[in-house]
Amino acid sequence: MKLTLKIWRQKNADAKGQIVEYPIDGIEGDMSFLEMLDILNEDLITKGEEPVAFDHDCREGICGMCSLHINGEPHGPDKGITTCQLHMRMFKDGDTIFIEPFRANAFPVIKDLVVDRSSFDRIQHAGGFISVNTSGNTIDANAIPINKHDADEAFEAATCIGCGACVASCKNSSAMLFVSAKVSQFALLPQGKIEATERVLNMVKQMDEEGFGNCTNTGACEVECPKGISLENIARMNREYLSASLKG
Amino acid sequence: MALDSKIPKGPLADKWTNYKNQINLVNPANKRSIDVIVVGTGLAGGSAAATLAELGYNVKAFCFQDSPRRAHSIAAQGGINAAKNYQGDGDSTYRLFYDTVKGGDYRSREANVYRLAEVSANIIDQCVAQGVPFAREYGGYLDNRSFGGVLVSRTFYAAGQTGQQLLLGAYSAMNRQIGRGKITMYNRHEMLDVVVVGGKARGIIARNLVTGEVERHSAHAVVLGTGGYGNVFFLSTNAMGSNVTAAWKAHKRGAFFANPCYTQIHPTCIPVSGEHQSKLTLMSESLRNDGRIWVPKNMDDVMAIREGKLKPTDIPHENRDYYLERRYPAFGNLVPRDVASRAAKERCDAGYGVNKTGEAVYLDFASAIERYGKERAHVRGLNESDAKLVKQLGQEVIKEKYGNLFQMYEKIVDQNPYETPMMIYPAVHYTMGGLWVDYNLMTNVPGLYCIGEANFSDHGANRLGASALMQGLADGYFVLPYTIGDYLSQDIRTGKIPTDTPEFAAAEKAVNDNLAHLINNNGAHSVDHFHKKLGKIMWNKCGMARNAQGLKEAIVEIAALRKEFWKDVRVPGTQNEFNEELAKAMRVADYLELGELFAKDALEREESAGGHFREEYQTEEGEALRRPEFQYVAAWEYKGEPKDAVLHKEELEYENIEVKERSYK
Amino acid sequence: MSGILNSSVGRKFAMALSAFFLMIFLVQHFAINILSVFSADTFNEASHFMGTFWVVQYIFQPILILGVIFHFVMGMVLEIRNRNARKIAYVKYNGNANSTWMSRNMIYTGAVILLFLGLHFYDFWFPEIEVKFIDGDMSGLLANGEYRYFEHLQHKFVDVWRVALYCLAFVFLALHLLHGFSSAFQSVGANNKYTRGLRGFGKAYAIIIPLGFIFIALYHHFN
Repeated sequence: MKLTLKIWRQKNADAKGQIVEYPIDGIEGDMSFLEMLDILNEDLITKGEEPVAFDHDCREGICGMCSLHINGEPHGPDKGITTCQLHMRMFKDGDTIFIEPFRANAFPVIKDLVVDRSSFDRIQHAGGFISVNTSGNTIDANAIPINKHDADEAFEAATCIGCGACVASCKNSSAMLFVSAKVSQFALLPQGKIEATERVLNMVKQMDEEGFGNCTNTGACEVECPKGISLENIARMNREYLSASLKG
Repeated sequence: MALDSKIPKGPLADKWTNYKNQINLVNPANKRSIDVIVVGTGLAGGSAAATLAELGYNVKAFCFQDSPRRAHSIAAQGGINAAKNYQGDGDSTYRLFYDTVKGGDYRSREANVYRLAEVSANIIDQCVAQGVPFAREYGGYLDNRSFGGVLVSRTFYAAGQTGQQLLLGAYSAMNRQIGRGKITMYNRHEMLDVVVVGGKARGIIARNLVTGEVERHSAHAVVLGTGGYGNVFFLSTNAMGSNVTAAWKAHKRGAFFANPCYTQIHPTCIPVSGEHQSKLTLMSESLRNDGRIWVPKNMDDVMAIREGKLKPTDIPHENRDYYLERRYPAFGNLVPRDVASRAAKERCDAGYGVNKTGEAVYLDFASAIERYGKERAHVRGLNESDAKLVKQLGQEVIKEKYGNLFQMYEKIVDQNPYETPMMIYPAVHYTMGGLWVDYNLMTNVPGLYCIGEANFSDHGANRLGASALMQGLADGYFVLPYTIGDYLSQDIRTGKIPTDTPEFAAAEKAVNDNLAHLINNNGAHSVDHFHKKLGKIMWNKCGMARNAQGLKEAIVEIAALRKEFWKDVRVPGTQNEFNEELAKAMRVADYLELGELFAKDALEREESAGGHFREEYQTEEGEALRRPEFQYVAAWEYKGEPKDAVLHKEELEYENIEVKERSYK
Repeated sequence: MSGILNSSVGRKFAMALSAFFLMIFLVQHFAINILSVFSADTFNEASHFMGTFWVVQYIFQPILILGVIFHFVMGMVLEIRNRNARKIAYVKYNGNANSTWMSRNMIYTGAVILLFLGLHFYDFWFPEIEVKFIDGDMSGLLANGEYRYFEHLQHKFVDVWRVALYCLAFVFLALHLLHGFSSAFQSVGANNKYTRGLRGFGKAYAIIIPLGFIFIALYHHFN
């Protein structure tokens, strides 16, 4: 099929960017979206132009590196997937496709479609862990039986890949879904309850300092999340935060 | 130079404990003045960085991704082995040790493997304490599943995302130390050289991938946890950025590269769909617990399927060749990966492949769906002979077990695997070879350590499923932090390592020269053009089956391609900016050297063992033929061109295990 | 507890609390108004009670006004902060793909409701205040000795334009509540397997209450 790509090009963090149009031909439905961009880049390189920079790594939907805003949605029109899992069969001949970076002040553009998501890391540094020494001198793994339902729910929350689609889709650029997933994972497990108070206070504080917006519960994040992280996690974090505030 | 593996004396089961009791330690105050560089933040690097920082060392950690959480360990699906014997099915440290050595086709080091099995149980304890949400049974206790090549259920898992959960556990341990200021994290940095001062590894040269700046970093020891080199095949299940550069640069600085030809070709991957393909996707081996692998018995059916005249579900059972069950009745569909992959290749080479390219076999869940459906119908007191209901219930069970994998398959192939069998084909997945290390996980360059997939140590010629995660975390959490102390105890009076020395300057200049050459080359072809060519040579001549003639050709062809690359590659942009093509070019340049050594190693190893299958050396039934005279580790010393590399042998001795023919029949 | 309003979660919580208060008030307001459809006398008595009982006048009424102002000011503050969190906008943004129009436009539906409140105060509240607190007439009676409330109400709903404006405002109120109700519960953390029933209730509330107000307005217009 034949497509028109409208891609955000920006030389570096300080440069002003703009949308540049690229026609592309010979795209097949079995190609992944990123393979389509590979073809574009191969073509640009041969022509002596600069290829489009975009983040990607595992190309199987788990590393969370790919981060394109495609036709107005993070990770494109398909649901429950990352950009690398999007296939061209979702588009039809003659389509125009807008490709932009994930936008938020807390995700500044590095180049073209590549953004800096280290704000997510800093939130995790503030409390995304259980303070246990890695010496291996812990109790036997089966010494703490955990209700299967809680374990499964903690796992569901823990499947977050930190891609930032929640922030990108949110009209407020809020990172609540991301932060709440980590808070929830630990809040649901007995191992994590011990530090729950400090954890939620510190992580929310760091989240606010990074310049993310406030959640207004539009639910866009949940819909766009490639891993289907539930809004219930945000509610849980709200509860955790409020009770932590009362305690602390 | 003789290789000294430094294996402690004494009975196998006591070696590690006794050794730990005797090695030198560094006191806490002194640790504060010792720096350690850890390159790579996967399971091995991440867990090592966290543990070293927790012990008190100053750690500088590097990764090329934008966050340590994205290292490719995250993509491991199936699980992690541990000799916990929670199922009471006869598992033990010895049995895990035995299975691993046998699975590795008797090409791994006994003492290392035993230690791995010994600390495996601890890993599970550690991870649970960290909040890793492993799958549990209704009673609240941890669940296990079984994996290929073993007769017990010892694999712990978190749905099909075990690697992710374990890596996030290690990442959280790192975060704690980053928050405390004990780890300085360098994201989007690529290591481009090791700096050796006075015979010891004392630092690295790294490039900031955002600014393009080349930086000097010093430390008292350098740890490489930089993963495998499967991407030398261009198409593999590795991440796009996975590379051999760190290990290869270490090799060029004197570290021996061991067994480069041992590559694991994973049997259950999604087949290639066309020329545009950029990477291959793995479907967890756990699927073989419930899926049956087959191709049609009759060539007419094969042709009809390829032409779309027949659907796989139309072919009756008696006309299907469940070739693994036929050839290996004892293990059936759960034979080890190398065996399953070769069997698939054998059928496809014979013309029975079931897709357009003729390179695919079926993985069929229909029997499992029926079995589980009946079971669930029985439990719920429903009608077990209602085929429709049974199918629906069975699909429910399969969805609970493998839902994410089935969804992944459907997104890529656009076929519903609940209704029609999956198509799979083997793909490059893991490399057992890597930098040679001794019992301490130190390479032959003092102060340069190598852990996880990047080293060669534990899996011999073939790795069993769910053992990579085990090795990565064992090395990082429980082995290296001890053994490195022994080395660093000599360094308590050394003081900070300066970076303004001639050694650093020379290494930095060499890196800058290479970068400048590539940028200014202005050739005609992109980096990918060369990478794809290399991949084709590797897959065709150093792939699932190898022979002397092909390997000799490969050596010549790769050397020629390398020359062409340096002459004709085109890297757009400049050096001092975010330039992915430049980063890629540096990686491919190293693959073009490694590929040649790989072929040389495969040529030299005149036997078949595990992932290395030489067509000249097979039994009458087509099984791998091991030869006792090759019971050694091939460690290669760099001497300029890869073809000039010098072989050093570390003989492998088996005192606690009888070397037998490896049979899964 | 200190500084809770400086945190994003705290602000959400405060927003939700004021919303709960306003939603309860709406029910109470509706309950009294609907009386006017059934019985003028009962309506008059209830109105008089509300208009003269000191707890309502001196405690609930100021709280209510503060609640409205807080909800409005906080809503504005959040909106401005949230817009500033993405300085460079998307060229193409397909909000409909992942969220409802209501959830994305609370500021506009809220603003319409605020404008309506101005009209509503002009119609009912300011005259009441004038009579009660400036003129000092706390009797609630007209010259003919009857309560003035029902009379006043019917008089206001004669003008077709006013009725149309009221109805329009109630439509916006419904839109605001369709997101606001469940959003408030989400903000205080009430979203889990036990609260799924609330979603249906919230939708019903968001439609029935404004529809009821519309019904009252139309009823009095046509009677």
